[in-house]
Amino acid sequence: MAREYETVIGLEVHVELATRTKIFCGCSTAFGGEPNTHTCPVCTGMPGSLPVLNKKVLEYAVAVGLAANCKITRYCKFDRKNYFYPDNPQNYQISQLYLPICRDGYVEITTESGTKKVGIHEIHMEEDAGKLIHDEWEDCTLVDYNRSGVPLIEIVSEPDMRNADEVIAYLEKLRLMIQYLGASDCKLQEGSMRADVNLSVREVGAKEFGTRTEMKNLNSFRAIARAIEGERERQIDLLEAGEAVVQETRRWDDGKGVSYTMRSKEDAQDYRYFPDPDLTPVHVSDEWLEQIRAAQPEFREEKMERYRREFDIPDYDIEIITGAKRMADLFEETVALGTEPKKVSNWLMGETMRLMKETETDAADLCFSPEHLAKLISLVDAKAITNTVAKEVFEVMFAKDIDPESYVEEKGLKTVNDEGELRSTVERVIAENPQSVSDYLGGKEKAIGFLVGQTMKAMKGKADPGSVNALLKELLSKLQA
Amino acid sequence: MANIISDETIEYVGILAKLELSDEEKEQAKKDMGRMLDYIDKLGELDTTGVEPMSHVFPVENVFREDVVTNGDTREELLTNAPGEKDGMFMVPRTFE
Ligand SMILES: [Zn+2]
Ligand SMILES: [Zn+2]
Repeated sequence: MAREYETVIGLEVHVELATRTKIFCGCSTAFGGEPNTHTCPVCTGMPGSLPVLNKKVLEYAVAVGLAANCKITRYCKFDRKNYFYPDNPQNYQISQLYLPICRDGYVEITTESGTKKVGIHEIHMEEDAGKLIHDEWEDCTLVDYNRSGVPLIEIVSEPDMRNADEVIAYLEKLRLMIQYLGASDCKLQEGSMRADVNLSVREVGAKEFGTRTEMKNLNSFRAIARAIEGERERQIDLLEAGEAVVQETRRWDDGKGVSYTMRSKEDAQDYRYFPDPDLTPVHVSDEWLEQIRAAQPEFREEKMERYRREFDIPDYDIEIITGAKRMADLFEETVALGTEPKKVSNWLMGETMRLMKETETDAADLCFSPEHLAKLISLVDAKAITNTVAKEVFEVMFAKDIDPESYVEEKGLKTVNDEGELRSTVERVIAENPQSVSDYLGGKEKAIGFLVGQTMKAMKGKADPGSVNALLKELLSKLQA
Repeated sequence: MANIISDETIEYVGILAKLELSDEEKEQAKKDMGRMLDYIDKLGELDTTGVEPMSHVFPVENVFREDVVTNGDTREELLTNAPGEKDGMFMVPRTFE
């Protein structure tokens, strides 16, 4: 009988915090600056420079820890992790080994097979490294330190996950929680959230864990799922062939669907951690901890509960809308402007989702304002524009947040309520489409649809379809008489 | 000297610190390191029951910055310290990952 294997997975997740400045200096964390223009002696490791902790980093780390049910280390400090690599100008990374800010937490995840807790071993604060660019022409490496010193938290889970579904549910949970806190936008593609997967397999029922490997370079949920599947297969094949799994770091190539050895245990680094003498210890007082606790936002579960109580919209809508912080904000802020919840939800669930999919836009990047969405809906309500026109206007709003009122005015998109113009257009359509007219008169009621369409087209969508339909029926019935 | 440093240890420490030591320097370093460890061992003779582990030499805590950008662009000055420069970046020997 074939042996059955169980996969054991733990995650190390790095999250870039949404502070304005770096963790230990007053340099900007803004994206897209010219190389090395957001740098100073501290974040480029100049001798004699002195790092000072950004208070906001500590507050974000504590807030994430509280949300993940962690114990907050009331007296914590920073350590140096020593290694030589040009992305790290000091030859050490400032991190936390001995007294990380958070320990012993958990998050609850839900998958098809039910709800379970995934343990959080610890969360620590540390600094990001610079970016290396390999220059083929000069056969050298170029270094940009703009990202050096950008604040990170590393969330280390317990090996509590058993398959890709659980891993993705766990990451989704962390991402949403952190987005709700405003502590990061958590974009895998852009690297503001990075997951390293530790995976081992063992025979079902075995007590000991198998030898694990660590997989890096996973920048989408899809890549993570595929890498887990691939690594599980690889390890099982080795065991079935009587070979041993080697403890090593592997790099996943999602294009090819295979992983490669990056470094094995033999050349594992000896980081020689020791306390950083430049940074003073951090003491989180009862009072400060309470302040941070009191400022925690409403998280998804509570929000869903409240939506069910306050708004008359379907559960499915609630689930989708609260599934992204920006969506939930847009929904609440538009409703707060006096717009009917169901109508707001329809725009978010319909056109917004459609365009997000079409343009591969992340909810966090939705740019239209609640004010403009509210205006658009009230234009439709007032029958100032038709639904067709509203969708057109929304597409423009979606791309670059224009004011729908002035846009409609400028482009002359208002519904034509001029009875005379509508009547003459309908008369022309009737005259130009004798076939459809005789079909309709002959009893094919559906033929009127074509005539409505032709009229709308002639009116460039600016007529109210209801009025067109009514007027067509009126004029056609006269022909019948 | 109570602490004897082996050839393997000095070799390993040299690799970690990216130092190339001559045989003579290795012998000297072994002696120095042994003496340093002896000195540290002296601390072990103290009775430290009930003494909190020290995490910093100064009795200070909670030294923070507010999250406000205070640094501007000093790239030009910075790059004067670079071993080489290209397109506003530090140029270093090719590294492999
Ligand atoms: Zn800096
Ligand atoms: Zn890390």
